[in-house]
Amino acid sequence: MTAVSATEFMTEDMRREIKEIIKRYPKRRSAIMPSLFLAQEEHGYLPDEVLLEVAGVLDVPEIWVYEIATFYTMFNTEPVGRFHIKLCTNVSCLLLEAGSLLPHLEKRLGITCGGTTDDGLFTLSIVECLGSCGTAPVMQINKTYYENLSTQRIDQILDELKAQASGAHRTIQSRDDGQEGVPA
Amino acid sequence: MKNAEAPDSHRIDTYETAGGYHALATVLRDYQPDELIKLIKDSNLRGRGGAGFATGVKWGFVPKDPALKKYLCCNADEGEPGTFKDRAIMEKDPHQMIEGMILCAYAIGAETAYIYIRGEYTLSVQRLEAALKEAYDKRYLGQRIIGSNVSLDIYVHRGAGAYICGEETALLESIEGRRGQPKLKPPFPAIEGLYASPTVINNVETLACLPHIVCRGAEWFRKIGPEKSPGPKLYCLSGHVRKPGLYELPMGIPLRELVEKHAGGARPGRKIKAVIPGGVSAPMIPESDLNVCMDFESLAAADTMLGSAGVIVIDDNDCIVRVATRIIEFFAHESCGKCTPCREGLSCAVKILRRLENGEGREGDLEQLDFLCDGIFGNSFCALGDGAAWGLRRALQIFRDEFIYHVEKRECPFH
Repeated sequence: MTAVSATEFMTEDMRREIKEIIKRYPKRRSAIMPSLFLAQEEHGYLPDEVLLEVAGVLDVPEIWVYEIATFYTMFNTEPVGRFHIKLCTNVSCLLLEAGSLLPHLEKRLGITCGGTTDDGLFTLSIVECLGSCGTAPVMQINKTYYENLSTQRIDQILDELKAQASGAHRTIQSRDDGQEGVPA
Repeated sequence: MKNAEAPDSHRIDTYETAGGYHALATVLRDYQPDELIKLIKDSNLRGRGGAGFATGVKWGFVPKDPALKKYLCCNADEGEPGTFKDRAIMEKDPHQMIEGMILCAYAIGAETAYIYIRGEYTLSVQRLEAALKEAYDKRYLGQRIIGSNVSLDIYVHRGAGAYICGEETALLESIEGRRGQPKLKPPFPAIEGLYASPTVINNVETLACLPHIVCRGAEWFRKIGPEKSPGPKLYCLSGHVRKPGLYELPMGIPLRELVEKHAGGARPGRKIKAVIPGGVSAPMIPESDLNVCMDFESLAAADTMLGSAGVIVIDDNDCIVRVATRIIEFFAHESCGKCTPCREGLSCAVKILRRLENGEGREGDLEQLDFLCDGIFGNSFCALGDGAAWGLRRALQIFRDEFIYHVEKRECPFH
């Protein structure tokens, strides 16, 4: 068995977890996507060093890992803010005026779509359908869905997140249960 | 979805109290795999993912050779804009789908199954993982399921934001750790699918129907809705209606009844202009055609499709060119890039449509769009390009006047 050793980019726990993931599949290549999710959860994004580490632990060619990290849009190869806002602008949301929510978010955050605020708190992206069309317009922030949006509701959410960020308990790593009201 | 309103509807106790996992016990006791396949064939259950292929027939294609390893994949990559039914099943009643997976795996002889779920569905992933653990604890999964000689392991595999992975061969590529790009068929997955082994890929809602068919019989299922596409169906209502949301009703219900009676019709002071009946891959139909029934055959006859039953309602206050532009932008973005008609054709169509909507339309633009639709439709590698071109072509035909207005007046009358 290969010895597990921690590096700057990968903890021993992560290496162990990746080795467990490998067992789910007959081929190691299948473990690339789940491993990248793990790594992104840890680092917030996937710098080249992480991609190389993942390839090393899985013992697969580096290009295989790079290919996955760049093809799939949920993998961030550039740093993102602590709160990654993903606004749906697909048809059902568009019909309920998601189009006006984007400029509102841009104005409130002082960034354009795709950008990150100077304080590193918010990244703003638009995404395709989030599968919440019955409660459109919708956005996802980290893991949490926010539904039936309006400009007032967005202001309220941003204020809450800012308050949370300036609170005493700042955690770099955060998880939540995906339920609204428990922001990551 | 009868349990969905119960508190803790996602827990195994709730599911078992309502009769859950009874079908599994019945099948393991009374059915040979072939008999289960026959039951599902007799029920006329058709796939709820979009294509509507007969589920039992699909299972029947899998070779019987016990020496061959077989796989089951649950397609939970629900990405068709306007669709949110599978998410509801996974969040509110995941055991229904898991029991369906065990039944299917038994029928085809698979001992390993993967749930390919879109990465954005974080709550669904958590609910599924918790439900799988509950099922393992109760011996419904793992080695020797409830004392039988049947075994099954189920793993959750998260997608990462690629719509194309809902296409079954692209889904398999993605599980194998490659870019999600469709593959040439044949060989069909039932013969040579995941890891080159026989594989069945079924949609979440399809799998969730199975326990009910076992418990109540093929005839019960066949008597709901039309003979050729029977059963209960989840319809996703969104857009310009008073009561958007998820509705479980018989297959074959008139679209007008669904939109006007159940979803409350148009918002105050507005009139319905068009409806997309099955997610954005399905061409829109004008209000005058709303009497069409929501089943595979009736919608095909109306030059559209049931697809994922994502019903998007557009009223007279919105612009068809704007909607068409957004739909084609979506497909252009999600094109995997493998084939030229889809990759180049759609991005070219986006440029023209944006121009029209911005009041910069030129003479000949509509003819150019017609030409692109003809070039993409039927020449794309998979259904993504075909669906995009089909929908745009129908919008150009039905609402030609609106498009012409954009070209001639060089403005959008709505925005």
